[in-house]
Amino acid sequence: MTKAFLLASAFLLAGSAVAQQQSGAAPQPQTPAPAQAGQAAPAGDQAGGLVVDVEGGTSSPTPIAIPVMPAQQIVDTPAGSTDALGQQLSTIIANDLRNSGLFTPLPPAQLRTVTVPEVTAPAFPYWSGTGAQALVQGYVRANGDGTLTVGCYLYDVAAQTELMRQGFVVPPADWRRAAHKCADSVYSRLTGEGPYFDSRVVYVSETGPKAKRIKRLAIMDQDGANHRFLTNGQSIVLTPRFAPNQQSIVYMSYVGRVPAIYVYDIGSGRQRLVVQNVATTFAPRFSPDGRYILFSMATGGNTDIYRVSSQGGTPQRLTNAPGIDTGGSYSPDGSRIVFESDRSGGQQLYVMNADGSNQQRISFGGGRYATPVWSPRGDLIAFTKISGAFRIGVLSPSGGGERLLTNSWQDEGPSWSPNGRVITFFRSGRGGAGKADLFMVDLTGNVERKIPTPLDGSDPAWGPLRP
Amino acid sequence: MMAKISTTLLAATALIALAGCAKKRPAVLPPAPAEQATEVAPSGSAGDVDPNGGPGSDADFRRSVQSNTVNFGVDVYDIDSTARAILDSQVEWLARYPQVRITVEGHCDERGTREYNLALGDRRANAAKNYLVARGVAASRISTISYGKERPLALGSDEEAYAQNRRAVTVIIGR
Repeated sequence: MTKAFLLASAFLLAGSAVAQQQSGAAPQPQTPAPAQAGQAAPAGDQAGGLVVDVEGGTSSPTPIAIPVMPAQQIVDTPAGSTDALGQQLSTIIANDLRNSGLFTPLPPAQLRTVTVPEVTAPAFPYWSGTGAQALVQGYVRANGDGTLTVGCYLYDVAAQTELMRQGFVVPPADWRRAAHKCADSVYSRLTGEGPYFDSRVVYVSETGPKAKRIKRLAIMDQDGANHRFLTNGQSIVLTPRFAPNQQSIVYMSYVGRVPAIYVYDIGSGRQRLVVQNVATTFAPRFSPDGRYILFSMATGGNTDIYRVSSQGGTPQRLTNAPGIDTGGSYSPDGSRIVFESDRSGGQQLYVMNADGSNQQRISFGGGRYATPVWSPRGDLIAFTKISGAFRIGVLSPSGGGERLLTNSWQDEGPSWSPNGRVITFFRSGRGGAGKADLFMVDLTGNVERKIPTPLDGSDPAWGPLRP
Repeated sequence: MMAKISTTLLAATALIALAGCAKKRPAVLPPAPAEQATEVAPSGSAGDVDPNGGPGSDADFRRSVQSNTVNFGVDVYDIDSTARAILDSQVEWLARYPQVRITVEGHCDERGTREYNLALGDRRANAAKNYLVARGVAASRISTISYGKERPLALGSDEEAYAQNRRAVTVIIGR
């Protein structure tokens, strides 16, 4: 990516009034942080007093105070004046943390106006009185080179200690990312989980009646901001998925009336056909290293899974059962593939080695199982369970521990957040309107919410954490 | 690719009206950043050789055969006796116009997952194609395409609508 963050991880403001307290007393989180976890140190590394439990935390979200971030000087920038930015940054941070279901941001009426010197010397007696357990303070500064610096400080109110400080230098156009990075740092420090707020979702925007639905590729931040259409709706488009480097998207299009998979370059808007073939190709997904695209090809009524170099070339066939094998998704280390097959009768989930060997069925519950997706942390596979209703569920790669997370008429097409804690999917309504919306649900199943989109939405795919 | 849309035919039947008209839509849409080609609408609107519905045209075909559509049960693709009678009537017409090429479109109801339905629609289109070929229609005259659950005929979310949407549609595409 071109716009790298510069991370000044310490001493953003001179004269920190609070020494960082080191004590080994904090309970360790149960789940290890994923390998791709970002900048913030997980809770276990720098033990502070306050830890948020991602399993039980949704029943009593942690009260957190996120006052408006003061500006060192009020300056107009291409992103707005620095004092207005300070207000918006704190709002975005609060929304991210609230949406995780683990935090209850204090209402604005309970927040005091924080001055720049107070950012590093919090008014702990005041915050104690509000009931807040954690405090996020920060500041905004317009730099001489046109960039913005956003300072981000996390405090344990009861212990009166600083838990974390981060600084983010961003071009003005990326100002929202500084808020997401700050929220990610707070979330990771308090939960021990990997970050996920600074990420994007690509999906299919939908409008019009079911029989002639207009579908367009669209991309947005995970909170719905910075929404942009990528295709014009003249062709049906389906199932977009990010490349690991986030510079391109693989998807299926009916352009030219030949259903096939294409790679769309986000920067240039150019796209190219992946496999030259008269047969229908669909269900594409990149390998974790980006070198391959897994896809399905239907020929003469039989569908099998293939892989092809992401640069194109001759596909290699991975399955050859006389049924429908589709929906392939790699494990995060690239060594295995989960897919669905109806070889036993109805759709069920199978795992095989990346070369197609050793195909083993892993789902055995009642009903059918479809659209498997391997979690980026490797521990779970998300799927659509078809048993009357369509519901989103997870199970382990060996097939155990099945849990259903949603309960509606038709939920379909899960995709994982970068930290493997949240799943996005789409929910369809009954009838001719063909209403469909994007949703998110966390692994407890307790935190579910709709993602705002300008039109209807389907086939969401969550991208990796942005660099 | 396929030849041009016949606007006369588009107005002619409800089936085709439901199939939509891709070429009319873009007026209200933002400019195309990327797509090079324009998709032709499915189900009958593509490149009929005779827009006036004369002999050998899609309109003539639909007038002459029992139906251009065969239906399927839930999650299956077998050609039952009703479907066989319909396809036999298609074979008869196709024998009269041996130069005519066709596309068989496979469709599914909405109660399947998207990617599976693309594969199931391919199965249904090929089941119909294979029957036609077994009855003497040259395989080289027949192409297939699956629309999965993307282009339903009936818009309801009930068994009656689903039964109509599980279908393979034979469309005349030219000579």
